[in-house]
Amino acid sequence: MSIKHAEEYRDRELSKSLIQKIHQNSHRPLRLMEVCGTHTVSIFKNGIRSILPETVSLLSGPGCPVCVTAQGEIDAFIELSREKNVIITTFGDLMRIPGSDSSLQKERANGRDIRIVYSAFDALEIARNHPDREVVFLGVGFETTAPTIAASVLSAQAMNLKNLSVISAHKQVVPALNALMQTREVRIDGFLLPGHVSVIIGAGAYRDFIRHHPIPCVITGFEPVDILSGIHMLVRQIDTGRNILENAYPRAVSETGNAKAKALLKTVFQSGDTVWRGIGSIPDSGLFFQQAFENFDAAKRFRISYRQTPEPRGCACGEILTGVKIPPDCALYKKTCTPLHPIGPCMVSSEGTCAAYYKYHGG
Amino acid sequence: MTTDHILLDHGSGGKISSAMIRDIMLPAFDNPILSMLNDGASLEVGGARLAFSTDTYTVSPLFFPGGSIGDLAINGTVNDVAMCGARPLYLSVGLIIEEGFPIEDLRRILDDMGKAARLADVLIVTGDTKVVPRGAADKIFINTSGIGLIPDGVNVGGERACVGDHIILSGTIADHGMTILTQREGLSFDTEIRSDSAPLNHMVQAILSAGKNVHVLRDPTRGGVGTTLNEIAIQSNLGIRIYEDRIPVKKDVAGICELLGFDPLYVANEGKLLVFVPPSDADAVLAAIQNDPAGKDACVIGMVTETAPKRVIMETRIGGERIVDMQTGEQLPRIC
Repeated sequence: MSIKHAEEYRDRELSKSLIQKIHQNSHRPLRLMEVCGTHTVSIFKNGIRSILPETVSLLSGPGCPVCVTAQGEIDAFIELSREKNVIITTFGDLMRIPGSDSSLQKERANGRDIRIVYSAFDALEIARNHPDREVVFLGVGFETTAPTIAASVLSAQAMNLKNLSVISAHKQVVPALNALMQTREVRIDGFLLPGHVSVIIGAGAYRDFIRHHPIPCVITGFEPVDILSGIHMLVRQIDTGRNILENAYPRAVSETGNAKAKALLKTVFQSGDTVWRGIGSIPDSGLFFQQAFENFDAAKRFRISYRQTPEPRGCACGEILTGVKIPPDCALYKKTCTPLHPIGPCMVSSEGTCAAYYKYHGG
Repeated sequence: MTTDHILLDHGSGGKISSAMIRDIMLPAFDNPILSMLNDGASLEVGGARLAFSTDTYTVSPLFFPGGSIGDLAINGTVNDVAMCGARPLYLSVGLIIEEGFPIEDLRRILDDMGKAARLADVLIVTGDTKVVPRGAADKIFINTSGIGLIPDGVNVGGERACVGDHIILSGTIADHGMTILTQREGLSFDTEIRSDSAPLNHMVQAILSAGKNVHVLRDPTRGGVGTTLNEIAIQSNLGIRIYEDRIPVKKDVAGICELLGFDPLYVANEGKLLVFVPPSDADAVLAAIQNDPAGKDACVIGMVTETAPKRVIMETRIGGERIVDMQTGEQLPRIC
């Protein structure tokens, strides 16, 4: 794996001049939403809020994959880990998410075989090494993670691997943007669109959305200069009364996206309605297995039925994920809900808004 | 959500560890020396001031670029004793070995321990070995305890930090933690990063000779620089301000951290120290550290402030500000 650096996108002088321009162009209170959890973390880590004019409010959107995973799905993951002969493989973020009565981390302490992996291909390797065990990968994430999972399923098929399956709880960003715009309480003046997801789906994927919901949109990268450029473009659009799609991340995002990754998604998955925490069911926003790959569908293999589990009483994760509230508006924030004793997923995930607020803004 | 069982987070060195120490351990052993919560205990015995510390090593893999569990077990305890301002003298070694462990590997580990002890100029003077059935331990665990002598006039501790103190960091951070992680998980990158495992007692002697008013010495091991600075801010009831662009991180290490969503401020180091000194001593102490081969990248990363007590605040590279909170539990690799 090669590691590249982006020093020029962290330049102090460049940042300063962008901040100055944002100050100059911002004349009235604005509510901008960063859709992606990685943006949220980068904004906090770089102290971007502390240098923006008071008129610009940044709201975190539904782009933290763990945070939007429905409570019923989390409970199903935990229940599955208790099945005999099953090895659960998962990304690290899911370990601490509280289900209704436990978490994967606690189940591991109780002796369940739950392993943190870095890629779905690690799960494939584990399945190969344990032919007598059922290996299940918890597929949570957006269009960024889903293609590698699709690729690992195709590899497993080619290897005739029978003991690997995947829970596909993947979600797609554009349907969520549509749902947000249709929610009455949501008030947003512009979107910083997710850089990583856009690398896969391409700028073109947002054209229909912006046609139906004219609103300033800028595809944005993750370094401080990227984010400040994105904010500047949004502020300028609003100042000049335009509602267009701009790309502040052209070094990575093309109009059509990554054709190979999109083909992988299309081969293995199909869209379907799915429930987002806090938002509810969004049409065609989930990715489910195509019929030809049903053998790999853990939900079918283990006959998983997702219960409609109520979210924890008083937890405002849902309203926070839609930008209706910010963490300090939640009655539980910093009182009963802390990183040490999280109640909702937004306080647990490294990309969760509440966790970021608590960690970087003074818990 | 509370828990009835020990989780890996209880061993992370962050908030969950602190809560366990406060709620379960301190009440059981209640005494004023332990309550100081420094890296090692400072004791008065027969007119001499002794530093005493213990640590247990369970690292996996046992051998990694830059070291092994053997030298880590010596360096770690040597450093804990040295951070009390003491000259480490004697160590004990306890081994817990899993049935079936290769003798050749044991020999290599003991050899590394011997070499590390000679380098640090300490003697291993007592030990114990237990063998447990296969599965009852993971290959080998090592405990070492050490004692050392605190010279007259030396008085260091987190509670002694003063407003205006300069904070010196002896070199790049996160090398050890990221080396272990990438080795353990079999992650391959086209770069080799190495653990910084090293004894720091000679560097500490040089620091104490160069500056007569050293207030705090601390090695930011588990929990990293971020957690250690928070501990000192709490112990001293003062604020700490650091500057992101001054904190040295090797490019490769920074790249891997980014890829996995890890903050290098919370990643373990095994051969680095933080010194708090008044501005009048800062240049001399910095020069003394830079004179040591393990301290050539040393620099002043921040200062102690009156404002924002018990908080660590970082000025970011682009001129913003953010809080560096104490870590809660282990850092876990993220989804994308």
